[in-house]
Amino acid sequence: MDFETALHVLIELAGAIWVTLALAAATLPLGFVLAAIATWARASRRRILRMIASAYVLSFRSTPLLVQIFVLYYGLSQFAWLRESPAWIVLKEPFACAVIAMSLCTGAYTAEVMRGGLAAVPKGAIEAARALGLSPLKVLFLVTVPIAARRALPAYSNEIVVTLKATSLASTITVMELTGVAKDLMSQTFAVIQVFCMVAAIYLAINTILILALRSLELYLTPLHERPRSRSEIAWKKAPA
Amino acid sequence: MAGDASLLEILAWGDQGWSRPLLVGLGVTVACASLGYILGIALGFGLALAKLGRNRWIAAAANVYTTVVRGVPPLLVIFLLFFGTNGALMWIARGFGYTGYIEVDAFTVGVMAVTLVSASYSSEVFRGAYATIPEGQFEAFAALGLRPFTGLCLVIMPQMFRLALPGLGNVWIMAIKETTLLSVISLAELMRVVGLAGRTTGQPFVFYGAAAVIYLVLVAVSSRAFVAAENRMRWG
Repeated sequence: MDFETALHVLIELAGAIWVTLALAAATLPLGFVLAAIATWARASRRRILRMIASAYVLSFRSTPLLVQIFVLYYGLSQFAWLRESPAWIVLKEPFACAVIAMSLCTGAYTAEVMRGGLAAVPKGAIEAARALGLSPLKVLFLVTVPIAARRALPAYSNEIVVTLKATSLASTITVMELTGVAKDLMSQTFAVIQVFCMVAAIYLAINTILILALRSLELYLTPLHERPRSRSEIAWKKAPA
Repeated sequence: MAGDASLLEILAWGDQGWSRPLLVGLGVTVACASLGYILGIALGFGLALAKLGRNRWIAAAANVYTTVVRGVPPLLVIFLLFFGTNGALMWIARGFGYTGYIEVDAFTVGVMAVTLVSASYSSEVFRGAYATIPEGQFEAFAALGLRPFTGLCLVIMPQMFRLALPGLGNVWIMAIKETTLLSVISLAELMRVVGLAGRTTGQPFVFYGAAAVIYLVLVAVSSRAFVAAENRMRWG
């Protein structure tokens, strides 16, 4: 690959990084909210809410993301009444469709992460808080959620990396993010391996930054007496992802 | 939109209906996923051995491979293989003096992609399984006078596979899901057929919905099967 091609490739990729990051940045908060709603509904007293939430989590976890994206983007265009409704302003946009589908998908997985975190909260801590006379809402926000958040953080950081990789599927519905641009560059320049290495390096760099940030957040949330004593100890406790 | 009669018509068996093409597509999906999965597990086992072995360079190479493949989207791996395999094979063939044109079909590329990704994930599963085997098992076979190689084969590996089974189940489900991505390199698997059917009949929602149900059933059956296998292999 000569210098000119390399420069061309780099400029193209640099522009696409932002699309990838924008997709992830839009998807993650939406997915988080969906997961919180699903988690709340699954713990609800009403059977119908529990059933709906469980069906949501099960169905979105058991179908491939690509199917979900295509149902939303290509599938819904089948209905004329939908094409004439105001919702079409959003649904005709590939970017919005990708974000909605990915949010629904990561929401289902994150709901599972949240459930795991909540299950890891020791019963004794909740009983102790109740015995101190805290109201159920205060117990939830002062005791249950902080402990659960810390316990769920490693699994959630994993889910963030999965979501980042999932943004690549947006390229199948014409959103030109990193992988889509990489595909075009591979077929234009024939420098297949070079382009792959550059894109892989970008993904790995983003992953690493995210993982390190979340690991330090986890450390920050851990009470002092539970913190590992030295940095090397942290490195030992956690194998690289 | 579509009345019941026309729905039945388009999903019917025979020349007019789409049942047969869908079934063929499902066959390609399952064939590609299972071939890639089996090869991937074999390669993953080798990678796990490399990581656990004494040679530091081989272990480092295996770790780099796992980190890269798990860190990039599977779609990128598919594009690498799709655009890169022909060139790489011709380059190798030229070394042997063959100058003709070599082309690898989409199915082979698909199997390779599933293999490479499954290998990286299953190698971590195997390594995790190895790490959870208690130290006492190693001491026990040494105390029985077994040589290290015999002990590893007769004592450690059977336990390793049992412990790895849940993780391998996840890798299988990922393999099924990854095959959907192969529709972008025009492999005629289920997603490709469904897309074609949707465009031809003008009812993409029906067909993508059908695909969603088919994958749901496929995943549900697989996870049942893996749970059953786990129960069978449990001791006591």
